[in-house]
Amino acid sequence: MFESLSHLLLQQYWWIIISFLGAILVFLLFVQGGQTLIYTLGKTDMERRLIINSLGRKWEFTFTTLVTFGGAFFASFPLFYSTSFGGAYWVWMLILFAFIIQAISYEYRSKPNNVYGAKTYEVFLIINGVLATILLGTAVASFFTGSEFSVSEMNFSKWEGAARGLELALNPHNLSLGLAILFLSRVLAILYFMNNIDDENIFTRAKKQLIINAIPFVLFFLVFVIWLMFIDGFAYDPISKKVSYESYKYLHNFLQMPLVLIAFLSGVLLVLFGIGKSILKVSTNGIWYSGIGTVLTVLALFLIAGFNNTAFYPSTFDLQSSLTIENASSSKYTLKAMSYVSLMVPFVFAYIWYTWRLINNKKISAEEMSEDIHIY
Amino acid sequence: MIENIDSALVDWSRAQFALTALYHWLFVPLTLGITFIIAFMESLYVKTGDPEWKKITKFWMTLFGINFAIGVATGIILEFEFGTNWSNYSWFVGDIFGAPLAIEGIMAFFMESTFIAVMFFGWNKVSKKFHLLSTWLVAIGSNLSALWILVANGWMQNPVGMHFNPETARNEMLNFWEVLFSPIAINKFLHTITSSYVLASVFVIGVSAWYLLKGRELLLAKRSIIIAAIFGLLSSLFLIYTGDGSAYQVAQKQPMKLAAMEGLYNGTEGAGLIMIGMLTPGKEINDNKEEYVFKFEIPKLLSFLSYGDANAFVPGVKNIVEGGYEIIDKDGNTQIALSAIEKIEKGKLAISALSEFKKAKEAENIELQEESLITFRENFKYFGYGFLNDPNSIIPNVPITFYSFHLMVGLGFLFIFLFAVVLILIFREKLIEKKWLLRALVFTTPLAFIASLSGWVVAEVGRQPWTIQDLLPTVASVSQIDASAVQITFWLFTVVFTALIIAELKIMFKQIKIGPNEGGH
Ligand code: HDD
Ligand code: HEM
Ligand code: HEM
Repeated sequence: MFESLSHLLLQQYWWIIISFLGAILVFLLFVQGGQTLIYTLGKTDMERRLIINSLGRKWEFTFTTLVTFGGAFFASFPLFYSTSFGGAYWVWMLILFAFIIQAISYEYRSKPNNVYGAKTYEVFLIINGVLATILLGTAVASFFTGSEFSVSEMNFSKWEGAARGLELALNPHNLSLGLAILFLSRVLAILYFMNNIDDENIFTRAKKQLIINAIPFVLFFLVFVIWLMFIDGFAYDPISKKVSYESYKYLHNFLQMPLVLIAFLSGVLLVLFGIGKSILKVSTNGIWYSGIGTVLTVLALFLIAGFNNTAFYPSTFDLQSSLTIENASSSKYTLKAMSYVSLMVPFVFAYIWYTWRLINNKKISAEEMSEDIHIY
Repeated sequence: MIENIDSALVDWSRAQFALTALYHWLFVPLTLGITFIIAFMESLYVKTGDPEWKKITKFWMTLFGINFAIGVATGIILEFEFGTNWSNYSWFVGDIFGAPLAIEGIMAFFMESTFIAVMFFGWNKVSKKFHLLSTWLVAIGSNLSALWILVANGWMQNPVGMHFNPETARNEMLNFWEVLFSPIAINKFLHTITSSYVLASVFVIGVSAWYLLKGRELLLAKRSIIIAAIFGLLSSLFLIYTGDGSAYQVAQKQPMKLAAMEGLYNGTEGAGLIMIGMLTPGKEINDNKEEYVFKFEIPKLLSFLSYGDANAFVPGVKNIVEGGYEIIDKDGNTQIALSAIEKIEKGKLAISALSEFKKAKEAENIELQEESLITFRENFKYFGYGFLNDPNSIIPNVPITFYSFHLMVGLGFLFIFLFAVVLILIFREKLIEKKWLLRALVFTTPLAFIASLSGWVVAEVGRQPWTIQDLLPTVASVSQIDASAVQITFWLFTVVFTALIIAELKIMFKQIKIGPNEGGH
C-alpha cells in the first residue's frame, strides 16, 4: 500500500507522524505540569500522595512517547537527529537529566530506606516538571527561529555557537513558547486532577489555580504566535532546493494551507473552552476539550514548520545548511519499510485507550490508597 | 572529513557510552528474566487459586518494580546518546540503525509500560485472566525491546542488507529482512535473553536462599527456588548452545575479536581452546614473548568450534595484521588475506574517490564521476580502514577481551552446576540443611551480573576500533564537541547514576528484609 507513494509523499507522511507524536507529547506533558503543583495543591501528606499516585499511573506514557518521538525522528529524519542532538548538546543533556531523575522518583519516593528522603524525590519531580516543559518548548520554537550550524558536503554537521544549544533557551522568542508550554502543562494537569482525583480540597484549590495559570499561558502563547506571524521564515525553492528568507512565511503557510489553519484555530478554541467550562461550571471533563485542543494546536504548529516548502530546522549561520523534510530524510526504502510499521500505531493507541479506561474507571481516592496494591 | 578529531574527545565519548551502557545493563537483564518468572508464578496462582502463589507473585513484582524504574532511567540516555555523542555515526548509518530504535519504541516500550500499569494497579480492577495476560505481555514486551536493540547492535557487528549511497554519503537500507534475520542478530538476541533468564534465576535463588538461611518465608523460598532452578537450568543449556553460536559467528565475521578472546597472537592449524590461562603481561604484537604464562587447553577444539574442522587454521592477531594466509570468501573461493597496511591503502583510495566524486559532481563532469565511482566501489569494503593510519590500531585490547570472555564462560558452567545441585537437594528436602551451600548461593548472585556485563565487554571491546565493523571506526563516529563538555557529562552521569544505584540497592535490600507480608510499600 505504500509501494506506489513517491519519496516526497513518504517524507510528508512521516512529517505528519512526527508532528502527531510531538503533539501527543505536549499534551502528555500534563504529567510534568502536575509535578510542579504537588505542593501548591497538596497541603497534607494524603493529598500529596493522591496527586503523586494520580500522576504516577501516567508518567510512563509521557516518557515512552518522548523516547518514541526520538526514535521515530532518528529513523525518518536522521540528519535532524545527528544535527540537533549532537549540536545542541547541553540543552538535550539537561532535558535527559531531567527525565532520568523523574524515572525513579515515583517508585522510590515512598519506599522505606530510600536514602534521600521523600522530599528529595518530590524536588526531582518538580525539577523535571519545570525543566522539561520549558526546554522542550524552546527546542520546538527553534524550528521557527533557527540555530547556528553547518552541514558539510558529506552531511556531517557542525554546531557554531559555543553555548551548545543553551543560546536557544535564552532567545526571548523561544522562551515565550517554553513558558507557554510550562503554564499549559500546569493548566492541563489541573484539569486532569479535577477529573481524576476524588477529593474536595484538591478540587477547590485546583479550580482556583486554574485561572492563575491560564492567564500567563494565554499571554505567553499570544506573544509567541503573534511574533511568529510577523517574522521572516525559511522557505525553500522546490526546484533548486535553495533556502531563503521569506517575510511572513508562517502566516503565508497558514493561509496557503487552510486546513492547518482551521486545525490551529479550533485547537486554540477547544483549549480555551475546556478552561472556561471548568472555571464557570462544576465540570470535570475540561481535560478532554483542552487535551484534544492541545494536540490540534501543536500539530498545526509542526505542520507549518515543515510543510509548504519550509525548512523545518533552519540554520541562521548558513542558510543552505538548513534541514528540510526532503534533504534530512531517510531513503525511500527505509521510509517505506517504516510506514508499514506505522500501521501498528492505531493498534497501540487502541490498547492504551482500553487499559487506561479499565484503570481509570473510578476516581482515585484516599480509600484506594490503603488497598493492597502498588502505591507510590 | 575528520581531519582534526581530538583523541581526548574520542576517549571521553567512549568512556561515557561505556559507562552509561554498563549501568543500563546492570538492570535490564533482571527485567528480561524476572518478568517471565513472575508470569510463571501468576499462572500457577490463576490455575490453583492458592493465595500463597499470589503473595509470592506480588513479592517478586515489588522487587521488579524497583529494578524497572532505574532500568528506564538509565535507558533514556542511551536512546539519545547516539545523536548527542555519535552524530557522524548517526548520519552515516541512521537510515538503517534508526529503524529498529523506532520500532522498539512503537512495538515494545508502549506495550511494556501500558501493561505494567495493569499489572501494578489492576489487581482489584480487572479480571484475574486479564491481569495474567497483562503480566505475560509485560514479559513479552520487555523481550521484544531486547530484540530490536540487539538487531541494531548485531548489524553494527556485521553490516548487511545495505549499500553505500555516494550522493548522500551514507549507508542506506536495501533489505529490511536481511537486517532483521542476520544470523549475528538472531544469535545475539537468543544468547542475550537466555543469559538474562539465567541471571534472573540466580537472583531469585540467591534471595530465596537468604530466607532459608534466616529460617523465614520457607514456603515462598522453596517454591521460588524450584521455579527458578528449573527455568535457570533449561535456559543454561540453551545459553551454552547460543554462546557457541555467537562464538561461531564471531569467528566468521570478526576474526580479530576471536583472536583477542582467545589471546591468540600467532595463528595455528588445529588450534586448542583455552579453558584457563594467563596472558603474558605487556605482550606486544611483534615481540617474541610467549603468549601465555600458563594455559590449560583442549586441543583442536577452537578450530573445530570456529570452522567445523578440527584442523582448520585459526588466524591470530599477528596474522590478521600481516595478512598472507588463506581464507575462503563467501562464494567459496580461496583467497589470500590482505594485510592491515593494504586495507588502509584501499580505504584511503575509497575515501579520496568519494571526495573526487563529490567534486566532479559539483563541476558536472559525468566522466570523472563515473570513474571515481568505480574506484570507490572497488575499495568500499575497506572504507573504514581509510580513517586509520597505524596498522596496529586494528587490534582491540586483548587482555580485557580475553579475561572477560573466560570469566563469562567459566561462570556459565558454574551456574549450570549450581542449578543442578539445588534442584536435586530441594527435591530430596535437604537444601535447608546445607547452610554452606545456601551461603554460597547468596554470594553467587552478584556473579551473575558480572558474567552478563563481561559478555558485553567481550562484544564491544573486542569490536574496537570499529563502531561499524570495517566501515566506520570510533574516531570517525563522534560528534564534534569539546572534549571538556563530554568530560563534564561523563562525571555528571557517574555521580547521578551512582547515587541512584545506592538508593536502588538500599531499597531493594530493605524490601527483601521486609519480605512479602507488608505489601508493596
Ligand atoms: C549471565 C550471563 C552470560 C553467561 C553465563 C554467558 N554469556 Fe555469553 N554473553 C552474554 C551473557 C552471558 C551477553 C551479555 O548476553 C552477551 C554480550 C553481547 C551479546 O550478544 O551477549 C554475551 C556475549 C557473548 C559472546 C560475544 C558475542 C559477540 O561479540 O557478538 C560470545 C562468543 C559468548 N557470549 C559466548 C558464551 C559462551 C560460550 C558461554 C558459555 C556458557 C557464555 N557466553 C555464557
Ligand atoms: C546494554 C548493553 C550494552 C553494554 C553493557 C555495552 C557496553 C559497551 C562498552 C563497554 C563499550 C565501550 C567499548 C570501548 O570503547 O572500548 C560500548 C561501546 C559502544 N556500544 Fe555498546 N554495549 C551495550 C549495548 C549496545 C547496543 C545494544 C548498541 C547498539 C545498538 C551499542 C552500541 C555501542 C556504540 C555505538 C558504542 C560506542 C562506539 C564504540 O566505542 O564502539 N551497545 N558498549
Ligand atoms: C545502546 C542501546 C540501548 C538503548 C538506546 C536503550 C534504550 C532504552 C530506553 C530509552 C529505555 C526506557 C524505555 C521506557 O520508556 O520504558 C530502555 C529500557 C529498557 N531497555 Fe534499553 N536500551 C539499550 C540497550 C538495551 C539492551 C541491550 C537491552 C536488552 C537486551 C535493553 C532492554 C531494555 C529493557 C528490557 C528496558 C525496560 C526497562 C528496564 O530496563 O527494566 N536495552 N532502554
